Formats: sequence, C-alpha cells, structure tokens
Amino acid sequence: MSQSNQEIYHDAVVKRLIQFSVFWVIIAMGAGVYLAAEFIWPTIDFGQFWLSFGRLRPVHTNGIIFGFGVSALMATAFYSVQRTSHVPLFMPKLAWFCCYAWQLLVILGAISLLAGWTSSKEYAELEWPFDIAIAIIWVCFGVVFFGTIATRRIRPIYISNWFYGGLIIVIAMLHIVNNLAIPVTFGKSYSLYAGAQDAIVQWWYGHNAVGFLLTGGFLGMLYYFLPKHSEQPIWSYRLSVISFWAFTYSYIWAGPHHLHYNSIPEWVQSLGMVMSLILLAPSWATMINGIMTVSKAWQKLRVDPALKFIVLSLAFYGLATFEGPMMAIRSVNVVSHFTDWTIGHVHSGALGWNAMITYGTFYFLVPKLVGQPLHSIRLANIHFWLALSGTILYILSMWAGGVSQGLMWLSVDDYGQLSFSFREIMASMTSYYGLRLIAGLIFFIGTILMAWNLGMTMRGRNTVPVTPPPVPEKFRLDRKAGKDETTIAPGVPAA
Amino acid sequence: MNALKLHRILEQNTGLLIFGILFISSIGGLVQILPSLNDETLSTPTMNTRVYDAVELTGRDIYIREGCHVCHSQQIRPLVAEVERYGPYSRSGEFVYDRPFLWGSKRTGPDLHRIGGKYSDQWHETHLLNPRAVVPESIMPAYPWLSERPASAAGDIQRKMQVLQSMGHPYSPEDINNAEAALQGLTEMEALIRYLQMLGTSFDASQADAPMEGM
Repeated sequence: MSQSNQEIYHDAVVKRLIQFSVFWVIIAMGAGVYLAAEFIWPTIDFGQFWLSFGRLRPVHTNGIIFGFGVSALMATAFYSVQRTSHVPLFMPKLAWFCCYAWQLLVILGAISLLAGWTSSKEYAELEWPFDIAIAIIWVCFGVVFFGTIATRRIRPIYISNWFYGGLIIVIAMLHIVNNLAIPVTFGKSYSLYAGAQDAIVQWWYGHNAVGFLLTGGFLGMLYYFLPKHSEQPIWSYRLSVISFWAFTYSYIWAGPHHLHYNSIPEWVQSLGMVMSLILLAPSWATMINGIMTVSKAWQKLRVDPALKFIVLSLAFYGLATFEGPMMAIRSVNVVSHFTDWTIGHVHSGALGWNAMITYGTFYFLVPKLVGQPLHSIRLANIHFWLALSGTILYILSMWAGGVSQGLMWLSVDDYGQLSFSFREIMASMTSYYGLRLIAGLIFFIGTILMAWNLGMTMRGRNTVPVTPPPVPEKFRLDRKAGKDETTIAPGVPAA
Repeated sequence: MNALKLHRILEQNTGLLIFGILFISSIGGLVQILPSLNDETLSTPTMNTRVYDAVELTGRDIYIREGCHVCHSQQIRPLVAEVERYGPYSRSGEFVYDRPFLWGSKRTGPDLHRIGGKYSDQWHETHLLNPRAVVPESIMPAYPWLSERPASAAGDIQRKMQVLQSMGHPYSPEDINNAEAALQGLTEMEALIRYLQMLGTSFDASQADAPMEGM
C-alpha cells in the first residue's frame, strides 16, 4: 500500500458546512413561513421595509438555494469526492475558505436584499459585487473538487462526481453570462441585455440553476449516498452514464418554457417545450435507477429514517420531473403560468426532493462523521411524517389553488366577457393560502426537530479520523506508471 | 459496447470530463440564446416606445427595489381573456429599453403592463399607502416610506442615465444635465407613480392589429 497512515480525510470542513446548511434552512424556511403568513395578514410587515414581501421573498429563495442548498452540496461533495478518490481533499485550506467565504457571502447578500439591492432576476437577485464574489468562491470550489479528482488513487471517476462536476461547471457558465451588467453604484447595475433578450437569458439561467444545482447537484448526493446507505450497488451503471449525458445535454434547452405566450419568438418557445418533454426521459431513468438500487434493501426502510427520507425524495423527484414537462406544454402552461401552481411545483421539488434527500443524507452522515449514533431515531421518524404530510399538504393546496386561479383568469362567457374580476379570484385564494401556511409550518417544525437532533448528536464531538482505505489492485491508479488497460467502473462507490 | 468503451476514457480523465460537460451543456445555449441575442426584431422599438425620462427611470428603479415584480407581471399574453382584462397584448418592441426586463413569473396581484392611465395619481398614492382603503380584498403590502423619501435619494440619476446611454439608450446631453433638476422636490412615491402612469402607454392601441410599418 502506497498511502501513509498519517493521511486522513478532511471531514471537519464537511461537518461545519452541514451546520451552516442547517442554520440556513431554519432561517430561510422561517422566512418562507412568514411570507406565507403575509398572504393572509398583509399588515404583518408592520410598515417595515425589510419585512415587506417584495424584499423578504428573495431572502427566502436565495437563503434556501445558496445558503441551505449550496452549503449541503459543498459538504457532501467534499465528503464523497475524498471517498471516491481515495485521497484527502486537494488544498484543504481552500476548502475552508470556500466554507466561510460562502457563508459570509450569503449573510451579506441577504442583508443587501433586505436593503433593496437587487437585480430583480429570479435566483440571481444579488447585485454585481456579490456576483463577482460568487464567481471567485465558485472557482475555488472547483479547484478543490477537481484537484481532488485529479490526484485520485482509483482509476474510475465515480458517477456522483460527474454530477457534482456538472454543478460546478454549468452553474459557473450560467452565473457569469446571466449576471453581465454595467455597475452604476455598489448596489445598482443595469443588465447588459434588454427586454425580451434579457428574459431569454434570465430563464436560460433560472431554469438551469434549478437544473444543475437543485437537480444535478443533488443527484450527485443521491448517487453517492443512496448506494452507500442501502449497501447496494447502483442498479445499472450504464443507465446512469446515459442519463447523465442526456440530462446535461437536454436540460439546458428547456428554459423558454418559462416564457410561453410571452413576447419572445415562437420557435424559441416551441424548442423549449419539446426539449422539456424530452427531459422527462433522463429524469425518470435516474429515478428508476435509484428505486431499483434500493429495491433490494426494502427491509431497511422499515427501521431507518434516513433511508426513508432518501427513498421518499426519489418519489417526489419523479413527481416533480413529471409535472415539470407537463407544465412546459403550452396548452397546460397557459393555465399554470403566473399562478400558484408554479409555486406548488417548485415546492414539490424543493421540499419533496431537495430538502428530503438532504435531511436523509444528514441523518446518515452526521452520526458517521462523529462516530456516534443519532441522538433520537424516534424524533427522526416523527420528522419524517411531518415532512411528508407538510409537503403533500403544500403541493395539494397550491395545486388546487393554482389550477382554479388559472382557469378563472381565462374564463370568458358566451359574449366574450370576463366571468370573474381579478379581485374575486384573488379573494377566493385565501383558504388555499391558509392551508399552505399550515403545510409550511408542519414542515418547518420537522426541520427544527432535525436541527435539534443533529445538534445533540454532534454536540462537543470532533469528527472521527478516517484513513483512505487501500484501492483494489485492478482499479489502482499509479500516477507514475502512466496509462494502461483499464476496467469499467464499479457500480458502488468505494469506501 | 463501443460507446461505453469510449466513455471509459472520459470517466478516467478529469480534464476530458470537464471539457465534455462544458461542451455538451453549452450546445443548447449556443443554438437558442445566441440567435435570440442577434434577433433584431427583439431589439427594435415599436413606433412609440421611448426611453424612460429621469423621473420614470427613478420610479422604475424603486419598483425594482421594492420587489413589485415579485407579485406583478408586466406581460400580457395574446389570449382573449388577458386582452379583455388588461389591454392589448405585450409586444417585444415595447421592452427594448427595459434593463432588466420585469415580466415577472407570478401574478399574486394583477398584471401592470398597461396600468398607465387606468387610475388617477391620487388613487395610486392612496393605494400604495393603504391598499385596503381602495381595494378591500387586497393583500398587497403598504409602502409608507415612499412618501417620506426624496426621489433624488434613490440613486445617482445622472450616472444611471450615462450608463444606459453607454448601452445605446438615446439620451441627449440635456436629458442627462437636467435629470437632477427633474427630480427636485419629488418624493419616491411621486416618481413611482409617474413610472406606473407611463407603463404600457407607448403602444398605440388603434394599431393593435395593423401591421406595424417602419419596424
């Protein structure tokens, strides 16, 4: 064995990133619950500009995506890339820099959003100084991640790393192109693109931020932690190869379905619609691959809340990636566009898929990191049912509300007169908004239980030192020997 | 099997993997985005579309700062019900001076693209200070601070116009020189209302279905 025994994986940065991720999900989801309450009691901003819906809403979305999501992705990427490369992190100090610089960015970014600094572009609201900072930290993230892969001791690059790699590369491209702007002051800039062109560029970004961050990045998490936790190899390695490239190729085209019947060329809309439908294939291929992988470990599902979360997240992934292409069909979109149905769809992904897979991963990973069983399995099981019922109630309320809203907006009588005034339709939404608030609260309470549970598990404990295990002969990568004949990658991530 | 063999090379080489992802993911953008950016019909103003004056631009930036676009779209789709409810459907040429675009993705409140001229300035002021005073069912927040702040405090207007000029917005030197004076004595509330009142007015409704010449 060529590795020395002193070499250990850098897991402290993983633990810290998990703590930040949990911190952000509490803050951002708390903001979300507050916003849901503002739909019912619009005066609870108390005339304070920073509690005003228009300013608080981007804090909710950015806090979830960049605070919770990216911290979780960085944590799990750093954890899994070391295991799948059989080597400690490349430039660990840079990894620590990514960890803390990113948190500083999200905190200052949230404050700037409350102060009214915004580019207005969804999920890219942060103004230009933050955009530059994001680009720098993102490159550092890439250096650590790809550096670790480049110095790996095992020949194949495991599939989870492609998804994390796709996240890093594609998000960098989207972020830079979409945020090009000319600064006026520190907190204000004007987009390099105008009108319809700005819209097309923004939704190329907006859709693929969902695609490569909230979908692709979290698929990286799935491809490492699902086989690891269920102790089963990936059902079909070939399917994962095909679906990765099909996913990477086709997702990027689908953005214009956010602009159906808007003032952009019809060919762009049609192309966006067709590619959105095609996207269903790689999305479901991945879901089937995941379900089949876990299918030999069903007995574990009864007792293991972490695996329950991960498997349920796959179900919601399948639901959301089916609903998405359906909503991208123009004749469906004509009803759903601008309505709360969109909000329901986003949350079936964000709560059902992103939050659940992350929660499951954290329940699995944190005890492993600190070498201590989870503080309370019972609490985690309660959390599971709160998360499931909260998500379902959320989706149903917004689906029912959104569909009725969309149909009423379009409804005209035999003489071509509108059947309902906007006010009537808006007033009819109150009950749905009430249900949504309850749903959000249920989900939020579950999340607080998790924060406490994980906190008690981690309390006062350091990460367990882990040494890279030896690589089996046939997969060993001897850097000095150069290239020689290789074997196909195994379906299970190494140690 | 050959394709998988080929893939083995890819999955064992970090550089190739990075390049492969970059290449595959950029095709869609190149085919879809680049032609759109070069499509002149998307950057040609409709006949009456003009740049925002100093006050309207200030109002627009306040609209962005308060996140009005989070709940209000500015995009009327070419559908019977939408045209009936809001007015002539939106044309791409009406937005050529919109940096950023403000079409929105959600209508918690109604579309605002043709709100200009539909209500009085007084109605807007009352509505922004207490939405429920004029629309009892409204769930819109109130914006009391807008009437307390001078419009001139909402950013360096001359610098803003210079930046937009550098991107091709046809401002004259006088427009820019007189910009600060134009904001004198106005509150943010008044600037925002000026913006709302000009929204969508550049489109001549009588021309709605006639082919537009000179485009």
